[in-house]
Amino acid sequence: MPQIFPKKLDFFTRFSGAVLIMAALSGVGLAYYVMSPEVLETGYTPAQPVPYSHKLHAGNLGMDCYYCHTTVDKAAHAAIPPAETCMNCHSKVKEKSALLAPIRESYETGKAVPWVNVHVMPDYVYFNHQSHVTVGVSCVSCHGRVDQMVEVKQVQPLNMAWCLDCHRNPAPNLRPVQYVTKLDWKPEGDPAEYGRQVIAAKGINPPQNCSGCHR
Amino acid sequence: MATTATLPQINKPLAQELNPSLVEGNLSYHEVTEQVCEIVEGAVHRNWYIGFAISFSIFLMMVGMLGYQLFTGVGVWGNNAPVAWAWDITNFVFWIGIGHAGTLISAVLFLFRQKWRTSINRAAEAMTLFAVACAAIYPVMHTGRPWRTYWLFPVPNLDLNMWQNFRSPLMWDVFAISTYGSVSAVFWYMGLIPDLATLRDRAAVAGKHTRAMILGVFSLGWRFSARHWTNYEKMYLLLAAISTPLVLSVHSIVSFDFATSVIPGWHTTIFPPYFVAGAVFSGFAMVQTLLLVTRWALGLENLITSKHLDNMNKIILATGMIVGYAYATEFFIAWYSANQYERFVFFNRAFGPYWWAYALMVSCNVLSPQIFWVKSLRTNVIVTFIMSIFVNIGMWFERFVIIASSLHRDFMPSSWGYFQPSYVDICTFIGTFGFFMTLFLLFLRFIPCIALSEVKGAMAAQAHLPGHEPVKGTTPVHAGGHH
Repeated sequence: MPQIFPKKLDFFTRFSGAVLIMAALSGVGLAYYVMSPEVLETGYTPAQPVPYSHKLHAGNLGMDCYYCHTTVDKAAHAAIPPAETCMNCHSKVKEKSALLAPIRESYETGKAVPWVNVHVMPDYVYFNHQSHVTVGVSCVSCHGRVDQMVEVKQVQPLNMAWCLDCHRNPAPNLRPVQYVTKLDWKPEGDPAEYGRQVIAAKGINPPQNCSGCHR
Repeated sequence: MATTATLPQINKPLAQELNPSLVEGNLSYHEVTEQVCEIVEGAVHRNWYIGFAISFSIFLMMVGMLGYQLFTGVGVWGNNAPVAWAWDITNFVFWIGIGHAGTLISAVLFLFRQKWRTSINRAAEAMTLFAVACAAIYPVMHTGRPWRTYWLFPVPNLDLNMWQNFRSPLMWDVFAISTYGSVSAVFWYMGLIPDLATLRDRAAVAGKHTRAMILGVFSLGWRFSARHWTNYEKMYLLLAAISTPLVLSVHSIVSFDFATSVIPGWHTTIFPPYFVAGAVFSGFAMVQTLLLVTRWALGLENLITSKHLDNMNKIILATGMIVGYAYATEFFIAWYSANQYERFVFFNRAFGPYWWAYALMVSCNVLSPQIFWVKSLRTNVIVTFIMSIFVNIGMWFERFVIIASSLHRDFMPSSWGYFQPSYVDICTFIGTFGFFMTLFLLFLRFIPCIALSEVKGAMAAQAHLPGHEPVKGTTPVHAGGHH
């Protein structure tokens, strides 16, 4: 029987085997990183039809989040304000601005301004703003420092692991209800210790079972 | 030790009747090698191309259907409340069940020293692997996000930040099926190594260098040394021992998907043995269907003999009777339990909207195998083939009946419904047969479909039995002595 494999093949086999294993491992690692919500989701900053600056309105002018997002403490859905809310001021201020043309058009026709949704949750997740805001979870916990954003950008991954982190340990994200929209609020002392007092006082027990968020 | 010389002399026809041939045609070992290797080494037959073209087209249809489902959503299937599990899990259980014959033949019959397994075990084990591949399509696609399939496994998961529910039988299913698939693959490949080495050496002698190199890689340095054979036999025995409990455990766990729920019609303790018997029953039917066509197309009648058909049909008869007994027990317990929901489900199963499926199931699975009490019918090729198709149909309907008829009458009459498959359901299911046959045809072409070394062992053993000649080309060394 003649030899089938030449001797020099030994090195080649070992070398290519090692390369293959390393390539497979780094492929898995790369896919894991690239497909992670931190990479895929955070930093999402869609262009909006009107370059509305949260930094100007909520930051510099100090407008409260509730002024526009009226339903956050009453309903599951956080309302996007209608053009009427804008026109409360902009019928007098910058009333001729070309940038505000879509607002004026919406005000006249009644058709919604085509704002682009930044924080998109899957259809099978039933997130409720009211139940979070009314126990003292601030806007900043999920949306970041919107009062410093010229364009709104997603800063958190909003995946299930991230939700569960807080549902398992809500203490660092709790504050007095009157301060939920005060994005730069800091408690005196340890925030976690303050949160533990809130949990004890209000009997907060965030659901960790499937049907808490998926119905 | 008793030998042919000391036994009372019995006439040759009776001796052959008592010890039927497992390898016919008085072939030498070399002639068996030639016959089997010719299938792999010779020119590809025109009929193989035709069969492959048909199978592959059907497989492509399945790929199209799965792609459509992937981009549109699981809603393209007919599943909806109250029948939220329908053809997907029916087909999953159907395919998983079919695999069980392969494991039974390769492991259980090996431990019981059943020599007749040798001609059929390679193809039956291949069938097991391909059936598991077909079955795996359904749970993976039902998740809706197949690229997240690794979520099924308990690996650290930064997306979910939690573990799977280890109290769920669906989780046990993941372990059962993945163990089954991997052990079966290792067992199959182990048995293949000496035959791949035979092919390698034949290619090397014939001067086909590339072919010899490729086969050389896959035969893992096998040199037919006595030491290799000793290790091989030990390993084969160990793998047979590991696989044997899987014959019972895999389908038991599949049955837990239903039995641990509280749905009347599912919540029964008889399910594990009943499912295992049904799996072996359906598996042997599929082995018959495949091997009858294979042996006819490849001219393997001398290796897969009427004795093989006879034995397999006996198993079909036995397991069919167990399945029939289970059907009867279910009805008896439904009555005996005095539970009105349980009684309603079983009455509704036989006489409700799905009566036709139930009638088909009973006539295919319980009534039709009874013809196998007659030996001439057990060894008849045409009858066996038709019966194997009947059993395949009957066992598919068994799963459909259990799933759809238990679910379609919810506890509240306002939630009652009737399941209708969508065209996607139907085309995907037909497509899995294309997938299965594509893999099987590739197997027939590239891998020796008969386990050469094992068949030769059976030939050697057979040569010692009364009514048989020594293997052609060998000299009977032990004439009358100790074996």
